[in-house]
Amino acid sequence: MTQAAIKSTKEAKTKSTMKKILSYILLSLFGVSMIVPFLWMVSTSLKEPGDVFTYPPKWVPAPIIWENYPKAWNAVPFARGYMNSIFVAVTVTFGQVFTSSLAAYAFARLSFPGRDKLFLGYLGTMMIPGAVTMIPVFILLRKLGWIDTYKALIIPSMFSAYGTFMLRQFFMSLPTDLEDAAKIDGCSLFGIYTKIILPLSKPALATLTIFTFMGSWMSFMWPLIVTNSMELKTLPVMLASFQGLYTTDWTLLMAGSIIILSPIIVVFILGQRYFVEGIKLGAIKG
Amino acid sequence: MQIKRIRSWNKQRQESTAAYAFLFPNFLGFLAFTSLPVLASLLLAFTDWDILTPLKWVGFDNFIKLLGCHKEAGHIVANDPLFWKYMGNTFYLMLAIPVGMGLSLILALAMNQKLKGIVFFRTIYFLPTISAGIALYMLWRWIYNPDFGLINNLLAKIGMRGPDWLSSTTWSKPALMIMGLWTSMGGYNMVLYLAGLQGIDPELYEAAGIDGANKWQKFWNVTWPMLTPTTFFIFIMSMMGGFQGGFDAAYVMTGGGPAGSTTTIMYYIYNNAFQWFKMGYAAAIAWVLFILVFIVTLINWKVGGKLVHY
Repeated sequence: MTQAAIKSTKEAKTKSTMKKILSYILLSLFGVSMIVPFLWMVSTSLKEPGDVFTYPPKWVPAPIIWENYPKAWNAVPFARGYMNSIFVAVTVTFGQVFTSSLAAYAFARLSFPGRDKLFLGYLGTMMIPGAVTMIPVFILLRKLGWIDTYKALIIPSMFSAYGTFMLRQFFMSLPTDLEDAAKIDGCSLFGIYTKIILPLSKPALATLTIFTFMGSWMSFMWPLIVTNSMELKTLPVMLASFQGLYTTDWTLLMAGSIIILSPIIVVFILGQRYFVEGIKLGAIKG
Repeated sequence: MQIKRIRSWNKQRQESTAAYAFLFPNFLGFLAFTSLPVLASLLLAFTDWDILTPLKWVGFDNFIKLLGCHKEAGHIVANDPLFWKYMGNTFYLMLAIPVGMGLSLILALAMNQKLKGIVFFRTIYFLPTISAGIALYMLWRWIYNPDFGLINNLLAKIGMRGPDWLSSTTWSKPALMIMGLWTSMGGYNMVLYLAGLQGIDPELYEAAGIDGANKWQKFWNVTWPMLTPTTFFIFIMSMMGGFQGGFDAAYVMTGGGPAGSTTTIMYYIYNNAFQWFKMGYAAAIAWVLFILVFIVTLINWKVGGKLVHY
């Protein structure tokens, strides 16, 4: 190697090291700004109520007040809220994945009169704001006597044009050889759907599952509108009433927030790989 | 020949029947909770109805009240100034969209290299997104506390007196925007940008390098054009979300105030329908919002189709 070549590789190396260091600094700065509010929340949640209002603020609480947690937990029926949120999210997700995948199979693989027109109709509704359908659906549920029941929280959310669309795109990308072979062996269409299409579509189904579950878990406006009694409230709505009761009781409010957030954060850290893959798939296919 | 045709016709009929069976549950839900409600809300927009007393047909009155104006002491005044104010708030809050996209892109660029601990950083950046919702709004209400909150404490350290964020008509919207940026910049959009960056063929950079392009030129001539589909996708989705957004955070943090400065169109629809029980008027606002979203998305597609590099 000539002197010049060695020099230029050396230069390139220091350049890339410099670039890495700069990236680390940038990434760490962003990282710190993401983490600090969470630390602030934890710190507040362990303080004595009076210790919150000191200047400058103490980051390490002394004394540490663990009692804020059981106090917050018992302030409103959070256990019930958890049960409600899990129950609603699981049934909504199951219903949406089931109805969407059935319809998506029909759109992707079967021919029937009016298929393309109907599919266009589905696509067309994807742009309609939720606010447009919200009011008539509320009135319908009121007529049915479903307001303030689980039915109102679950049934309207069990159907999704987006889910149908996304799964249809995925099903269309699957090769048909296996299905043709199964048809020759006399397999029914429903058999093809359960034994071939669904097993081959695990990534797409997982994506839809994650997004539907998250959407239901975080949903606030709809549960706020259709439920009144405390026993039926899902976590976000319950948390809002909790805040209404303890408006500036910051130690208690922060303890409550942490109680609600920590399970989600744990689940995310354990399953984040699937989560990130799911986002990419959802955007590409959707 | 004849028999064969009948057979295939039979088969086709069987397939159609099966297809309708597969569609049935979804279609029923689609009918009951989407397509018929859309029509119902259009009809409702031409009525005056508080749910309890009989419905009154009022023609275009709701739309005239919503969009029209009248003369008052020589000045032209909107019939419903609040609607325009809240529309303005909605647009104001949407100014955070391009800023957030820029931040997500910068993060993605910084992460798109062989660095150790990248999963660790990604996890941290995603924490706000995964925790988004009422719990975080409560946290930020505390962060924005004028005397003892985190932000004003930090500002005091560098000798600045922070505003009373959530109680000031000037600062309430920026406060919500800063919170939104913090929540979302390391989330979905960053992951999408990262995926976009990883999908760019390295040969393009090599070719640009041979042509003597520097870093900056490589970014503008390779990276940016190759990312336009991602940018376009994020932009359209964020716009659609932005028009319908702003309810949850404002409901929990400010109640839409102070002086309506954080009330968005979605919040106004909620108030009309479920606080004041003006179902007809709320439906009319919802339809105006729908048409606005439709037009903006159409423009996006028209303009975007020319700019996007496939």
